[in-house]
Amino acid sequence: MATITVNGEEHEVDGRLTLFQALQSIGKEVPHFCFHERLSIAGNCRMCLVEVEKAPKPVASCAQPIMDGMVVLTDSEKTIKARRGVMEFLLINHPLDCPICDQGGECDLQDQAMAYGHDRTRFEENKRAVHDKEMGPLVKTIMTRCIHCTRCIRFAEEVAGVEEIGALHRGEHMEIATYLERSLTSELSGNVIDLCPVGALTSKPYAFTARSWELRKTESIDVMDAVGSNIRVDSRGAEVMRVLPRLNDDINEEWISDKTRFACDGLKRQRLDRPYVRRDGGLEPASWAEAFAAIADRIAETGGAGMAAIAGDQADCEAMIALKDLFAACGSQNIDCRQDGAKVDPAVRASYLFNSGIAGIDEADALLLIGANPRIEAAVLNARIRRRWRAGGFRIGLIGEAADLTYRYDHLGNGAETLRAVADGDHSFAEVLEGAERPMLIVGPGVPVRDDGAAMLGLARQTAERFGMVGGGWNGFNVLHTAASRVGGLDLGFAPGEGGRDTAAILNGAGKGEIGLVWLLGADEIEMDRLGDAFVVYQGHHGDAGADRADVILPGAAYTEKSATYANVEGRPQRTALGIFPPGDAREDWTIVRAFSEVAGRKLPYDSLAQVRARLAEANPVFEAVDEIVPAPWEVFGDPVADGETDPTPFRSPVQNFYMTDPIGRCSETMAKCTQMRRALADGARTGTDG
Amino acid sequence: MLRTVRTVLLWEIGVGLWKTLVYFFKPKVTINYPYEKGPLSPRFRGEHALRRYSNGEERCIACKLCEAICPAQAITIEAEPRDDGSRRTTRYDIDMTKCIYCGFCQEACPVDAIVEGPNFEFAAETREELMYNKEKLLANGDRWETEIAQALAADAPYR
Repeated sequence: MATITVNGEEHEVDGRLTLFQALQSIGKEVPHFCFHERLSIAGNCRMCLVEVEKAPKPVASCAQPIMDGMVVLTDSEKTIKARRGVMEFLLINHPLDCPICDQGGECDLQDQAMAYGHDRTRFEENKRAVHDKEMGPLVKTIMTRCIHCTRCIRFAEEVAGVEEIGALHRGEHMEIATYLERSLTSELSGNVIDLCPVGALTSKPYAFTARSWELRKTESIDVMDAVGSNIRVDSRGAEVMRVLPRLNDDINEEWISDKTRFACDGLKRQRLDRPYVRRDGGLEPASWAEAFAAIADRIAETGGAGMAAIAGDQADCEAMIALKDLFAACGSQNIDCRQDGAKVDPAVRASYLFNSGIAGIDEADALLLIGANPRIEAAVLNARIRRRWRAGGFRIGLIGEAADLTYRYDHLGNGAETLRAVADGDHSFAEVLEGAERPMLIVGPGVPVRDDGAAMLGLARQTAERFGMVGGGWNGFNVLHTAASRVGGLDLGFAPGEGGRDTAAILNGAGKGEIGLVWLLGADEIEMDRLGDAFVVYQGHHGDAGADRADVILPGAAYTEKSATYANVEGRPQRTALGIFPPGDAREDWTIVRAFSEVAGRKLPYDSLAQVRARLAEANPVFEAVDEIVPAPWEVFGDPVADGETDPTPFRSPVQNFYMTDPIGRCSETMAKCTQMRRALADGARTGTDG
Repeated sequence: MLRTVRTVLLWEIGVGLWKTLVYFFKPKVTINYPYEKGPLSPRFRGEHALRRYSNGEERCIACKLCEAICPAQAITIEAEPRDDGSRRTTRYDIDMTKCIYCGFCQEACPVDAIVEGPNFEFAAETREELMYNKEKLLANGDRWETEIAQALAADAPYR
């Protein structure tokens, strides 16, 4: 602790802070542009000047360490004059185009010019103009507006791990540029839009469409991956205009991936807005009553054992519990929320959670990635691994496909053999894990879906136990999922009950004609051909593979259109909020199941969202407290592996195209452009302004 | 007594007729509307118009400040990038039945695009005719440009 005197008042502050942070911590606002608490200190905008006693000139507070007994004046005449001067210099080359600037209304420069600037200019010379740079389909650049705070450069270098933006030239000729005139090859590139304090980097898909003051802001949760990033959905009328990150230090800090941010235009296309029933081979619009009657008739034919349900990657917990109860009431145990066939053990909670917590990465000191490519499977989580790696003392080993993960790692091997070697302590990386105090491992989503997935999980568990990853208040055994619904579904038991069939068995049964009815709760990523002649009910929000195969379509709500619970990889239940209403006749998913249950003669005992949530908490107490993690007890799980029977195929990530992993992304024009851009880059073709 | 004499002599009527006679020879104050019109202040706030630059380019840049300031929420704007990349409205609607003619929109406009012109004769038979769209507003601007420009020039020294 240190004592500083601010404007005549003494304050006790943390001596490790910079002067700027100390002033913020005692509630003194200091104007700034280049400082950002999650980036390194640059000290080049000079806006945070304050007067310090005995210093000959005003000092940039963001780069000034605290000294005990410092006397600081934040609103002295000298400080105010210095700020005015800096602001005048910044505005000299900043165009007066706020009315056509997308940052207008939420611009740091606008706000601070109002608060700390002059009201007229003394500058009569020509302003400087800078050519715009090409930054791909997501980021629009108007570089004349740039004030050279270098936040974007620091973000790309430090957080995203792609050194693709930099400053060229000096002084008045300084320009921020992507060296190759193409988009950042980062899954987090959209964050530079939020970081830019002016309108130099703005969102291309959102360009000119709305103003910040006409948007309705809804705090919600992302479901594009299983991280559960906290987001803010900005909507106008019945349209989601954009998605922005929300601060949550335990999950996404203040970053979100490009898929989270830009896939929202997919919410407007290919929507299912009314029920359909297949008649004479074609889907025809129908009423809810007709659709329900068709399903009820079919259920009467098949009976409990002949019906099955598969929940997709974006199914919410309320819908899953309602469907589970409905199937239980019909006498069916054939339900599964693992549409990819992952062989995680629903009975052992620790076997499918990211047990250390996402924030736990910061505490770990060695990491073993098993078939994981967090960069495309959980981009925001990858940024945290990178930050931990940058801090030093963090060796990373990877078993699986080698890929650019934005940090350096030891590539140990490709598949099961290497994992076994590490688990047995025969591998050189075992020493690293042995030497670490808090080692952790991350099992990627490509591992449990293998045929020997359960055995691989068993090996991973052995590894965790062998190297002391579990115990003493630390659990470094982590499973990474890509499906937002997965952990919630497993927690509430949307998995085959006694004698029930899992996804593979359901598909086999349907192919053989043993399963007569399959209810797909937003499940699009299964092999539809294998459903055979089964009667398929598709409940979801987009016309994707599932709706294409369906015999009855029940239009549901997307994640922005309902208040629903999702548990993220850590097992943290979080709630989305209703930002806009579902289109047309579409309804919140649990209400559809509830309404159908009455038609089927097996009325579910809840009528309100509160009652469904009470039922959720009854199914698993972890749902009682929203936003809180309930640690899972460590138990034995996974199959034992006998010697010499491992499958030699390398571990492979199920995510091949980061931008299109779900129906919303597949319907999004922006995501299509990103995919195209990435392909062009991979092909070595030139993009953008090269024509 | 006096009262009786006045009554008998029709005095009050005589005074009235005299007054009439005096005004009969004074200059007229009424005008023959609609063939004649009274003077208008350059600040008169009448029917809205969207102006163009002299090269024919529309002035409006879809900044939405008029929409934001409108106390009656009579203005609706939608915008998107035009083919040449410039910021333009795809929709600019004013509900003239909601408008209270306060003139805030023209005050807010950074490019003098939306103005309240000197026209006050735009009564219509149906409500629908008073829902102005961009086309109508631009047509107004083209029709009234001379008068609008004169009014703005006349008022410019006081702004």
